[in-house]
Amino acid sequence: MSKELLKFRITEMLPSASFDESGEWLNVEVTAAEWPTLAGALCKDSHLALDYMFCLTCIDWKTHLTMVYHLHSTSFRHNIVVKVKLDRAKPEVVSVCKCWRTAEFHEREVYEMFGVNFLNHPDLRLLILPDGWEGKNPLRKDFEDPINMIRL
Amino acid sequence: MYRETQIIKETSPGIVGETGEFTINVGPQHPATHGVLHLVITLSGETIMKVEPHLGYIHRSIEKMCESLTYRQFIYVTSRMDYLSSHINNHACALCVEKGMQIEVPERAKVIRVLMDELTRIASHELWWGAMAMDLGAFTPFFHAFRERESINEIMEETCGARLTMNYNVPGGVMQDLHPDFQRKVKEFLKLYKSKIHEYDELVTGNIIFQNRMKGVGILSAKDAISYGCSGPTARGSAVSSDIRKVYPYGIYDKLEFDEVLETGCDSFARYMVRIREMQQSIRIIEQLIDNIPEGDFQAKTKAVLKLPKGEFYTKVETARGELGVYIVSEGGTTPYRIKFRSPGFSNLSVLDHIARGSKIGDLVAMMGTLDLVIPDIDR
Repeated sequence: MSKELLKFRITEMLPSASFDESGEWLNVEVTAAEWPTLAGALCKDSHLALDYMFCLTCIDWKTHLTMVYHLHSTSFRHNIVVKVKLDRAKPEVVSVCKCWRTAEFHEREVYEMFGVNFLNHPDLRLLILPDGWEGKNPLRKDFEDPINMIRL
Repeated sequence: MYRETQIIKETSPGIVGETGEFTINVGPQHPATHGVLHLVITLSGETIMKVEPHLGYIHRSIEKMCESLTYRQFIYVTSRMDYLSSHINNHACALCVEKGMQIEVPERAKVIRVLMDELTRIASHELWWGAMAMDLGAFTPFFHAFRERESINEIMEETCGARLTMNYNVPGGVMQDLHPDFQRKVKEFLKLYKSKIHEYDELVTGNIIFQNRMKGVGILSAKDAISYGCSGPTARGSAVSSDIRKVYPYGIYDKLEFDEVLETGCDSFARYMVRIREMQQSIRIIEQLIDNIPEGDFQAKTKAVLKLPKGEFYTKVETARGELGVYIVSEGGTTPYRIKFRSPGFSNLSVLDHIARGSKIGDLVAMMGTLDLVIPDIDR
C-alpha cells in the first residue's frame, strides 16, 4: 500500500492524526490519549493488516519523551512508524500488549530505561536492571553513574 | 557485583506452595542456557506452568555507549552483541551509516560482505547444531560441527585478523582487501563441507530418539510467531515468510539465486530443519560468488569525520538468528543522538513462556535449543 493510501486509511480511523512523509516510511504522530484507539484500530483493520511490531523504543529529547512504534504488515509488506509524545516529568501511555504481544517485553525495557509508565500492562517490572533501580533511568540523557561509567 | 540474591532466595528450589506448585531456577549459570540467562520456572509436578526470564547478567548498555562513540567507532561495539554473527551485525551498522551519508559502496565490497555474511551464517548454525545436540545428550555432533566451523574461522582469521569479532566492515566498504589465499581456502571448505554434510543427517536428523524429542514439542503457530515479533528461523519454522534477504534485499542479495527456507511443522523439529536447510542455501550463495568477485576498490572514499544529517535511519538485516534492526536518530553531529538495536534474540526469547506452558520440564531444553538464544544479543 502506498504512503497516500496508508495516510487515507489512518485519517479515516483518527482524523486528528498528523503525518510526516519525509522519511523512508510514513510517520504518524498522535497524542497519548488518542494512541489506544488508533492501536486497536490498526491491529484489527484487515486492509492495513499491521500485525508485526518489529521495533518499540523511546527517545529522550530532554524537553519531552517520544515513544516510537515501528509496524509492519506481513501480508502486504508496508510499514508505518507511530510516534507518541509524552510528558517528561510524568510519562504515561497505555500499553499495546493486547494488540502486539511482543510489546510486553519491549515495554518493560522502556519502563526501566526511560521510566515510562505503561498503563494496563500485565506485568510491569524490571527486566534487565537489578533490583532497586526503580527511579533511575539509564537511557535518559541526564543519567550519570560515576561508578559504572557508560560514557566513554 | 553479584545480584539477584533476593530472587534466588524467594524461589529457592523445592518449596511447594499451597497449590502444589513450586519454582526452580535454571541459570544464571547452567549449561543449557549457553550463557548467563536466568529462568525461574513454576512447575506443577513435571508440567511447566510458567517460565519467567530474568535478564541483564551481561547487560553492557551498548545503546548508551554508542551515544558517545563516533560513526566509525560504534560498529566495533556491535560485534559484541551477537558474537556468533558479528560480521552481520557490523554489516547492519555500516548499511545504516551509508544510508544516512548516501555513500555508494563499490561492487567488490558488496560481494565480499555477502560472502562473509554467509560464511558467518554457516559457522553460527554449525555451533548451534553442535550445542543443541549436546543439550539433548548427544556429545559427538559437537566435534563434527566444530571441525567444519574451524575451517571457516581460519578463513576469517586470515582476511579479517580475528576469528570471532571480525570488525571487518567499515562505512563505505570493508577494512582491507581479501587475503590472496581466500578463494582457494573457501573452495577447500566447500569441498570439505559437501563431503561431510551427510554425516549431519546420519548422526542427528534421522535419529529416532532425536526426532521423538523434537517433533510436536514447542508448538508455535504462525499467528503467535508474528504477534510475538519472532523472526529468522524461529518464525520460518512456522511458515512465516520473514527472510529480510528476500523481503528487503540489501547488498547484492536481490541478484542472487537462493530460496527462502520455510517449514510448516511449527514445532522444534521444523525450526531445526530450517537451520539445516539454510546452511545449504548459504553454500549455494557462496558457490555463485566465489568465482565472480569483481575487481576494483574494496572501500569507497569517505571523509575522515562522518556526520549523519539530521533525521532518522533504520536498516534491517537477516542475521543467523533473525531480523536485526539498527535505528539511528541523528541530530547532525558526529555521534548518534540515540541508537536502538532491535535484536532478534530479545523477541524470540519472549515467546519461550508461551510455547513452554503445559509441556514437561524435560522438553524445555529442546525448545530453548531451537530458539537459538545468544544471551549477549538479548541483553545488549
